[in-house]
Amino acid sequence: MKISEVVDQLNLKVFSGYKGLHKEILGAYTSDLLSDVMGNLNEGYIWITLQTHQNIMAVSSLKDASAILMVKGLSPEASTIKMSEEEGIPILGTELETFEISGKLFMLLNQ
Amino acid sequence: MMRTNYNVEGGDFTKAGNVASCVKKTLKQLNVNAKIIKRVVIALYEAEVNIVAHAYQGHVTIDIDDQYITMLLKDKGPGIEDIDLAMTQGFSTASAKVREMGFGAGMGLPNIKKNVDELTLESEINIGITLCLKVKLTE
Repeated sequence: MKISEVVDQLNLKVFSGYKGLHKEILGAYTSDLLSDVMGNLNEGYIWITLQTHQNIMAVSSLKDASAILMVKGLSPEASTIKMSEEEGIPILGTELETFEISGKLFMLLNQ
Repeated sequence: MMRTNYNVEGGDFTKAGNVASCVKKTLKQLNVNAKIIKRVVIALYEAEVNIVAHAYQGHVTIDIDDQYITMLLKDKGPGIEDIDLAMTQGFSTASAKVREMGFGAGMGLPNIKKNVDELTLESEINIGITLCLKVKLTE
């Protein structure tokens, strides 16, 4: 499934990185600890988190994440948006809490 | 053999990951196996973040030959009091601010150890740390 389809299906906001929306999603990983994500997120995964600072872009780029999904109505910082545009890794958003959006995405990807 | 040098500024989180990013690009150009690149990137990123989070400044030397990548990270900083404890999953001396950002979970050194073939760590209190990591580039 493409990121753009997930955006439509789960009614997500797109903050930045539009040029990466055509990418395929291979799965997702939910965590707010950067080392945990470094160790466990796989290539092509969406990263679900409440972190908003620019270091999440460095991690996403190093791990070849397909997109970042921010929970609970949080917004990325300006420096994070800038890096998202440079790297072409979209930042998405939802008003839902981590548990709810992880569950919905899990159901969607395992249909 | 190819040698590159980088400086890492302590406390400057905006640049954390730059060295790992450069090395990732180089290894890709050299057509190194993707799984091996992933291991190098994880270890190097964690080591780089450790300098940013704990030291005043650091110097990274990357040597690549046809068999190994050797990553030498030297920092000026507080050093590590108890290396065994620092290698323990979950142990951290990171500040509250650093932890709020999602760093300092006590997973850095364990993550490094898991992903390299050789690790040596020397520490002098109030002087700094020398960390040497080696990963075999061929399977």
